[in-house]
Amino acid sequence: MERLSLKGISRNFGAIRALENVSLELGAGEVMGLMGDNGAGKSTLVKIIAGNFRPSSGEIRIDGRKIDFHRPIDAQRAGIEVVYQDLALCDHLTAASNVFLGREPVRKLGPLRLIDYPAMHRQAGQLFAQLKSETRPRDVVRRMSGGQRQAVAIARTLLSKARIVLLDEPTAAISVRQVAEVLDLIRHLRDEGISVVLISHRMPDVFSVADRIAVLRRGSLVASKPVRQSSPEEVTGLITGAIEYA
Amino acid sequence: MTSTLDSAIAQSRNRGPLSHLINHQVFWVFLAALLACLALSVMTDAFATQRNLFNVSRNFAFVAIIAIGMTAVIASGGIDLSVGSTVVMSAMVISVVMAAGWPFWIGAAAAIGASLAIGLINGVLIAYAGMPSFVVTLGMLSAARSAAMVLSDNKMIWSFGPDHDLLLWVGGGSTLGLPHPLFALLALTLVMAFVFRWARWGQYVFAIGSNEQAAVLTGISVRPIKVSIYMFSAFTAGLAGILMAGWLGSVTTNLGTAMELTVIAAAVIGGANLNGGEGTVLGAVVGALLIEVIRNSLILLGISTFWQGMFIGTFILIAVAFDRIRHMQR
Ligand SMILES: Nc1ncnc2c1ncn2[C@@H]1O[C@H](COP(=O)(O)OP(=O)(O)OP(=O)(O)O)[C@@H](O)[C@H]1O
Ligand SMILES: [Mg+2]
Repeated sequence: MERLSLKGISRNFGAIRALENVSLELGAGEVMGLMGDNGAGKSTLVKIIAGNFRPSSGEIRIDGRKIDFHRPIDAQRAGIEVVYQDLALCDHLTAASNVFLGREPVRKLGPLRLIDYPAMHRQAGQLFAQLKSETRPRDVVRRMSGGQRQAVAIARTLLSKARIVLLDEPTAAISVRQVAEVLDLIRHLRDEGISVVLISHRMPDVFSVADRIAVLRRGSLVASKPVRQSSPEEVTGLITGAIEYA
Repeated sequence: MTSTLDSAIAQSRNRGPLSHLINHQVFWVFLAALLACLALSVMTDAFATQRNLFNVSRNFAFVAIIAIGMTAVIASGGIDLSVGSTVVMSAMVISVVMAAGWPFWIGAAAAIGASLAIGLINGVLIAYAGMPSFVVTLGMLSAARSAAMVLSDNKMIWSFGPDHDLLLWVGGGSTLGLPHPLFALLALTLVMAFVFRWARWGQYVFAIGSNEQAAVLTGISVRPIKVSIYMFSAFTAGLAGILMAGWLGSVTTNLGTAMELTVIAAAVIGGANLNGGEGTVLGAVVGALLIEVIRNSLILLGISTFWQGMFIGTFILIAVAFDRIRHMQR
């Protein structure tokens, strides 16, 4: 049974048809590269899976169960986590605080409930070690590199025992060395059996880490196939419309 | 891997407490206040007298108490311009209730209740209606003072019924040589320093100020927390209002006028970041201390108090410049 399956998903914004009858499937521990031109509907699709938007029509199933998210927190409870490039970290807090934000471990002291910082730092350290990242739990996020920030965001998804992780352009605006770091993080997620959807405009990233590739063009899905059966040339053609469908 | 982690942590500790201290704005503000005190003790006979120190510590306590509430608001990325009006509202409510013959504690409860109601209205309009805190609390600044005028018919109240002496003792008295407002400040400082660091609520205040969108996405109940922040700010103003009523022994409707500016100045000088995400309880207290010491020194040195605004303004600019420089280093 597929981890995630979308059937006939459409979404309108007023007169704009951002997604048109999109159906696709993603297995456990599979990495899907989602590509497409600007405005093709990639972010919209991710936001629908993450519960930010509801589809105008169509159905979403996770492990065969039909789901209907009204808010992002519903999707999180179902094991779906999103990693945004810049959106979701608090710059003034430490790496550990960000990883645990909203689910801090507490220790009881009489009637008081205190945040258990030692446990938080220890566990965050373990998660970063698991991701082979040099991020330090006590460092303030503001002073971190783009790659380290991604590690913090991705460590959050490990902590929540996510089953599906959606990454919206995680490698935009970071250096080449940091890109390699983020791709490694994605491989670690896959090794944990987590299904990953990676949105990217960077062909080399997708081809180095993805198992499947999906292409959106003006709201319609024009390809969804194993990476091995495709090529950068074909994908470029699919994105621009030079190739109608594959 | 773990070993590099541990060594990295150890390294960050090895930078030592001194450099840690020097990196904190609170340290410099405290140093400035301390130097001013020392200079004044040498230059004037009047400063280091028990009477003067008593007055200084009491006066600064009022501003410091509200500055702690303001720091929570500023750290969450907002501003509360209505605290001065909340002070007069609170003072007026306790005066009217006590003058009508009710005991002190009922008057105090009514005053705190009225203050919390002001905070609740602010918070709901900001968190649920999505209105900017600047605009909402600017409206409240006007509305709450007006309500206090209506309540008192704009008359001075100087007789507080059967518990008259108790109110004066609470706000104006002293124990062990220390003015009572200072005890209230001390308790509030300890509790809130603890809450900011160890309670989830404190953590969320800073998270909201740092990146509200992120806080929402992590599932934190941002709206109720924002409401509680404005209620806390109003609570501190209400507390100060009760103490000020007792200290002055009379309440008029211009009590607390322009106090919001002094309070915001104290918070900002103490390191609260108007962009949100930063601020400390100790900073607010020390910022308030510096402002009061400056005010006091101008009086003692016989300099026109018209200069006070110039000094406070300069310190605000220095504090913000200091913050810019610190961020440029990184
Ligand atoms: N909230 C919204 N309201 C109205 N229109 C929207 C909204 N979100 C997206 N759209 C429209 O839907 C279409 C698809 O947008 P989407 O953000 O999904 O594209 P994308 O593939 O992520 O593009 P990019 O590569 O630039 O991020 C665009 O035409 C966009 O203008
Ligand atoms: Mg997008």
